[in-house]
Amino acid sequence: MSKVESQIEAEIPGLRRYARALSGDVAQADDLVQDCLERALSRLALWRRDGNLRAWLFTILRNVWIDELRRRKVRPEQYGMDDAMEGAAAAPNQHDRLAVRDLVAALALLVPEQRETVLLVGLEGMTYAEVAGVTGVPVGTVMSRLKRGRDRLALLMHGGESAIRRVK
Amino acid sequence: MSGPLHDDDLLSYVDGALDPARVDEVDAWLAANPRDAERVRQWREQVDGLHRLFDPVLDEAVPDRLSVAAVKAGRGRSWLAPLLRIAAMLLLVLAGGAGGWWLRGGAGEGKAAPGAVVAAEALSAHVVFAAEIRHPVEVGAGERAHLIAWLSKRLGTDLKVPDLSAAGFSLVGGRLLPAASGPAAQFMYENGDGRRVTLYLRRNTDGTETAFRFAALGRVEAFYWLDGPLGYALAGDVDRERLMEMAKAVYHQLES
Repeated sequence: MSKVESQIEAEIPGLRRYARALSGDVAQADDLVQDCLERALSRLALWRRDGNLRAWLFTILRNVWIDELRRRKVRPEQYGMDDAMEGAAAAPNQHDRLAVRDLVAALALLVPEQRETVLLVGLEGMTYAEVAGVTGVPVGTVMSRLKRGRDRLALLMHGGESAIRRVK
Repeated sequence: MSGPLHDDDLLSYVDGALDPARVDEVDAWLAANPRDAERVRQWREQVDGLHRLFDPVLDEAVPDRLSVAAVKAGRGRSWLAPLLRIAAMLLLVLAGGAGGWWLRGGAGEGKAAPGAVVAAEALSAHVVFAAEIRHPVEVGAGERAHLIAWLSKRLGTDLKVPDLSAAGFSLVGGRLLPAASGPAAQFMYENGDGRRVTLYLRRNTDGTETAFRFAALGRVEAFYWLDGPLGYALAGDVDRERLMEMAKAVYHQLES
């Protein structure tokens, strides 16, 4: 295995985590990762060695996911989102099972652009600029999606008690 | 303090992206503004929750099919994939048939704009096959001469495959598709990030010519035109101006 291939291999658990959070379904998430790996390995010749490999892989995974979302709109749903989210949580053993379930359900209700932004920043710890690169929008858009996504999550999880204040 | 804080400052504060010199300022603001303090608390709680929920995935055993070696060996996925592809094909035919109807919108009542059916078919075909990983095309770019000869024969006219490398897209290959009016062809291109655009061609049955027109299906957009024996549509989820530039490049290359 080449050096860059081992580097890709090392990113697989991280890609699985992100795909799981994004899609909310174990099998679908792994399909996304497999598709991402296939696209990445077939485009490896185009990969600039000095670039950010992780950001490149996440960009590909993201494009695979967007294509898949679109395709599911064209054909009948394979499964409802509720069922899909059912298996999303990786067996929470904490006492806060309920709160965690709320977060999973709320996440599924975000529009895709907000969900991916909330996850890339909060879960993957990417900088706003890295997220801008992965999602192909300006940093300002990333921040506004992040804010809306987080406020919407709070609203979904805490209802009216959430303090949402608009600042121009 | 210089006035109310911007929401961006609160985001940066939570994500550790705030200039350290300003942390005190935000702390003071939050102490005086319980609503924002609560908001920040909830945002942090979300980040913690995401990690609690999904970090355990990092420790799971990775399924065999997801190793670099397995993917390179091209081990198949489930038996479901071919069935889904057939289902997608059927939907494509239906979408193509309905296309004239759902693209009519802007043109008001009356007939669909010339070429609208081409655009509808192209957009449907793009949506179906751009998502395809293992079989995005029937004949790959490696067999370019065969691909062109085959599709030219089926469409009954000499086809050319435009070069979009100036825009960063290289040919993946092509496929034959069933259009309402007979056979159609799709060429697929991909850039380094795995983004895809497709060029759709089919017979221009009544010889109408049109200027560039624009159509969209969700976020997939297409420029289409009728010219001589063929109708063309370039579809993709890329910046509209970039797509326009690529469509122009296609047009000029097919002209010459």
